[in-house]
Amino acid sequence: MLSTPALVLAIMLFALGLIGLLSRRNILYMLLSLEIMLNAAALAFIAGGARWGQVDGEIMFLFILTLAAAEVSVALGIVLQLSHRFRTLDADAFCELRG
Amino acid sequence: MISLLWLIPVLPLTGFLLLAFFGGRLSRWQIASVGCGSVGTAAVTTAIVAADFFRTFPDQESYHQTLWNWIDTSGMTVGISWYLDALSLLMVAVITGVGFLIHVYSAEYMAHDDGYARFFAYMNLFVSAMLTLVLADNLLLLYLGWEGVGLCSYLLIGFWYREPEYGTAAQKAFIVTRIGDTAFAIGLFILFTQFASLSIQQVQSRAVEAWPVGSNLAMIVAVLFLIGAVGKSAQLPLQVWLPDAMAGPTPVSALIHAATMVTAGVYLIARMHHLFALAPMVQEVIAVLGLVTLLLAASSAVVQTDIKRVLAYSTMSQIGYMFLALGVGAWSAALFHFLTHSCFKALLFLAAGSVIHSLHHEQDIFKMGGLRRHLPWTFWTFLIGAAAMSGVPLITSGFYSKDWILWSVWSSPISHRWIWFGALFGAMLTGLYSFRLIFRVFFGEVRTQPAGEPGLAMRGPLVVLAFLALTVGFLEMPHTLGNVTVFSDYLSHALPTTELLPGIDESSEAREQLAVTVAALLGIGLAALLFLPGSLFTSRWADQSTDHPSMTLLQGGWGFDRLYDRLFVRPWFTLTRYPHDMLDRGYEWLAVCGKSCHGWMSYTQTGHVRWYAATIAVGTLMLLGLFAM
Repeated sequence: MLSTPALVLAIMLFALGLIGLLSRRNILYMLLSLEIMLNAAALAFIAGGARWGQVDGEIMFLFILTLAAAEVSVALGIVLQLSHRFRTLDADAFCELRG
Repeated sequence: MISLLWLIPVLPLTGFLLLAFFGGRLSRWQIASVGCGSVGTAAVTTAIVAADFFRTFPDQESYHQTLWNWIDTSGMTVGISWYLDALSLLMVAVITGVGFLIHVYSAEYMAHDDGYARFFAYMNLFVSAMLTLVLADNLLLLYLGWEGVGLCSYLLIGFWYREPEYGTAAQKAFIVTRIGDTAFAIGLFILFTQFASLSIQQVQSRAVEAWPVGSNLAMIVAVLFLIGAVGKSAQLPLQVWLPDAMAGPTPVSALIHAATMVTAGVYLIARMHHLFALAPMVQEVIAVLGLVTLLLAASSAVVQTDIKRVLAYSTMSQIGYMFLALGVGAWSAALFHFLTHSCFKALLFLAAGSVIHSLHHEQDIFKMGGLRRHLPWTFWTFLIGAAAMSGVPLITSGFYSKDWILWSVWSSPISHRWIWFGALFGAMLTGLYSFRLIFRVFFGEVRTQPAGEPGLAMRGPLVVLAFLALTVGFLEMPHTLGNVTVFSDYLSHALPTTELLPGIDESSEAREQLAVTVAALLGIGLAALLFLPGSLFTSRWADQSTDHPSMTLLQGGWGFDRLYDRLFVRPWFTLTRYPHDMLDRGYEWLAVCGKSCHGWMSYTQTGHVRWYAATIAVGTLMLLGLFAM
């Protein structure tokens, strides 16, 4: 199957992203990991589209691309605000909403 | 013109809506004319409809009118539809006719009350609900009217809501009748599940086909309907609310608690007579209940001190006669007594209201006396009412109706001799308590100075009702006296005729009538001996203010209030006041549980983004695992 290696790659990328997200404390690196996970999901869609010869996978990829762009712009804005307020990029320092 | 039937209940409803929304802006004169006018036009409409109905009457026994479908789902269609036959036309005529007279009377009686518009709004709503009840073609619409009159009864008993005890009386009436209403509703559900219909005619014809006489389901449904009727008509064992209901204004007592609403139970049983014919045991129960109620209530009426409570107990007693007649299968006799009773009892209440009005709201008969010369109109009308109630022979309507009932009890194959003797004793007591009132209130020395005769608006209805109380009886006269059968011929198109024992002849009927006459006159004579000022026994017996236990028992209506208080009311209140009762425990545990769960859950809210991300990842994995399985 042509799509199997692509799926394996997508899974590996997703796992890497997730591990990065959970283990990194620097919020910029967490954002990077998040991007990797998004791209892994997009790759899985592309692989699916190729497997069934349908254009839907590519359409979903375009959506995810747009989503990622929007998410990054918002997230970077938040990161800027956080670094202004707390003078740090450590995600564990931002725990004002503790229950 | 018979198609105007729908207007009859709608007119009072319009009056109610007008008064409810614009009552505050209208003058007193306008309020009275809307209130009386709506019922008056309903009465005129009734006359027009009746004229058209009688043109084709014996050939066409009923008229049916459907306005629209109220509830229409698969398997259940309930229409806003009216059913007019001999029985409902009689009821409608009494409700609108007597109702109109009472409205006119109230226009003057309530003239100085703050809640003038509210009073007429409630009264109009009541008339509308009562008309819905009697004209309904299906049981659900009948139930709507049934609950509507209950609501209006509650509102009007507690009309003077600033007195806390009046509010309590209103609640008591509402709650006690609600017990009966619940039973009625369950009976209605059973009928619907059995026959998939709620139309009164359809349900009964199907019941006659499907159920043999004396079958279990027929008995159960008949008993449930009987409990409903007993609650509404203040019969044993749900009679305790009626004496307290006298807290309402006197015209309310006349309209709701004497002439119309309390006879709804009689109407229900007569309307469902096919069903009750399937349950002969229940019919016997009705007869016995009626007899016991009429004796208990009559004996209590003899010792009451409040003029309205005497009349309340007498109402219970007279409805007991109607139940007795229904029980022995004398359907027409019961309805005839309903007709005469609604005339003379409304008259008695209105005349009592006129007495109370002129004595500045004094209701204790021991503080009254000698009003005969001061209030001649009231005296003569009250006398006619009391004579009709006690059944003074030949000239009053009460004689003909009560005699018919007692004759049916005597000659019915369902009845026993001792029931007849009980009812005869009741007739004697009726004469006693009616004329005790007359002698106490209108004879002897003046104890409270009256303010003078009421005006024309109160005197007019009194005179009309007095005329009716004398003459209505001539619609039906026994074989021995003229043999007029207008009423029974008329009702025979809606209700079965009374069965009589074989071998009954005119001489035994004449002897039976003589016994009834003697009983009534004996009661009146006894009242004259005991209570007429100046007679021999007056000084010893007239002082009824003793604290003897038997007297307290009688005055309290044979202790039913105290019994129910001990059995139901107090245990319930103790249960609710007990601080650590089991029910509260359950709810307290629920609160503690929620609080501690909240404490644990709040530990998961660490505020760390990475922790949230991890929980989302684990949760997703678990969900995927679930789907994979």
